[in-house]
Amino acid sequence: MLTIKEYVSVESLEEAYKLNQNVNNVILGGTGWLKLQNRNIVKAIDLSKLGLDKIEEDEEKYTIGCMVTLRDIEKNVSLNEYTNNALKNSLKDIVGVQFRNCVTIGGSIYSRFGFSDILTSLLTLDTYVEMYKGGIIPLKDFVNMPYDKDILVRIIIKKDGRKVGYSAFRNQATNFPVITCGVTITENKKVYAVIGARPYKAKVVEDNENILGEFSEENIEKFAKYVSENLKFDSNMRASGEYRKRLTEVFVKRTLKKLMEEK
Amino acid sequence: MEIKLWINGKLTEDNIEPDTPLLEYVRSKGCLSVKRGCETSNCGLCTLWIDEKPVLSCTVLAARANGKHITTLEGLQEEAKEFGEFMAKEGADQCGYCNPGFIMNVLAMVRELKEFSDEDIKEYLVGNLCRCTGYMGQFRAVKAFLNYKRGGER
Ligand SMILES: Cc1cc2nc3c(=O)[nH]c(=O)nc-3n(C[C@H](O)[C@H](O)[C@H](O)COP(=O)(O)OP(=O)(O)OC[C@H]3O[C@@H](n4cnc5c(N)ncnc54)[C@H](O)[C@@H]3O)c2cc1C
Ligand code: FES
Ligand code: FES
Repeated sequence: MLTIKEYVSVESLEEAYKLNQNVNNVILGGTGWLKLQNRNIVKAIDLSKLGLDKIEEDEEKYTIGCMVTLRDIEKNVSLNEYTNNALKNSLKDIVGVQFRNCVTIGGSIYSRFGFSDILTSLLTLDTYVEMYKGGIIPLKDFVNMPYDKDILVRIIIKKDGRKVGYSAFRNQATNFPVITCGVTITENKKVYAVIGARPYKAKVVEDNENILGEFSEENIEKFAKYVSENLKFDSNMRASGEYRKRLTEVFVKRTLKKLMEEK
Repeated sequence: MEIKLWINGKLTEDNIEPDTPLLEYVRSKGCLSVKRGCETSNCGLCTLWIDEKPVLSCTVLAARANGKHITTLEGLQEEAKEFGEFMAKEGADQCGYCNPGFIMNVLAMVRELKEFSDEDIKEYLVGNLCRCTGYMGQFRAVKAFLNYKRGGER
């Protein structure tokens, strides 16, 4: 159960940051995850008043405030066009519409869950996190940083003309994924895959051997195998490591093929 | 802490514990249609609207509803009754426990979606679990209701 002694709706990020340095205090996202924990919080810090619930766009980038809900992102027409629905596809199976109306992108990315669909799909894009003290950090570095008491202020996605695709496998609809798979083709035709729920955190595998120098059926298969052979997989209550490895091969192949057909 | 909000159009001011879930709060105000069906944000039974958006009231803190408009099934009696007739006609109910949350989400969907393919409907309602029925009756009722709402026959 979650118990909270005091609720503070802060007026500034500086105030939030200072309060958050105390180990007994916590930043509130959508409380989706927090409420499943057994925690006694002294001060719960609410960022709702700071206007961080907006998705903004200019020629170069999208900026997504930490309090934006997963449903807001899923419904953003421009983001769906830019990602050819890959972001939306990574969100639409997370529990249900009502849940995605509650939970935030800040809480989701700060948490860096192994099973995270959205961490996987954001890694296919040129994504950065803006931390209050830590500044702007590439998401692929942030994934492996230790959890600290900084505040995730915004997510930044730079527009660079890449193509991305996303797919995941679930034992049942709305349950946690067994494997998550993102694929990117950059503007100069470099390919990489992002695999999560292994059950470890999502990881990028680049085509370092230039297997896909030429896009052929055979090379796509080779690349899919290469991805699955360059990652560690393990078992949990949802699936075995061996099964995840097989799925990875199939999903990389399918997602990449689909991405190429869409060109 | 002090909160001020509207429940089904009625202004309410209160002093609450900061960790009160919105679910328990609205029940304490007499909205007993809002129920708890799980401990894990998975069943959708506790669905109500904050500023017209369907949310899980077991997951949102009451403090977050400060300054906002809450709608529960108690505030949508006419529409709920209308949809209820479609449910009854299809024999969709068994125990009926899942009904309040399901109806709140169906009525939110009717307001929000412009297109209604079978897939759109399933995607919108997938977060409302029913342990009795297998969902086919509900699905038929929703489709008939949408057809009626778009000017078709009852
Ligand atoms: C039942 C259930 C099923 C789920 N299934 C999936 C799934 O299939 N796929 C998937 O990808 N995800 C899934 N999730 C995760 C979910 O999508 C959210 O990521 C999760 O609920 C956290 O988001 P939140 O806004 O609720 O954060 P909270 O629970 O409020 O916070 C989570 C953590 O982040 C911290 N935090 C929040 N905001 C900030 C910030 N701005 N800066 C710094 N720290 C911050 C909090 O202090 C806390 O430690 C599931 C969650 C639940 C509860
Ligand atoms: S009570 Fe089950 S989702 Fe809220
Ligand atoms: S009819 Fe019994 S839970 Fe749905």
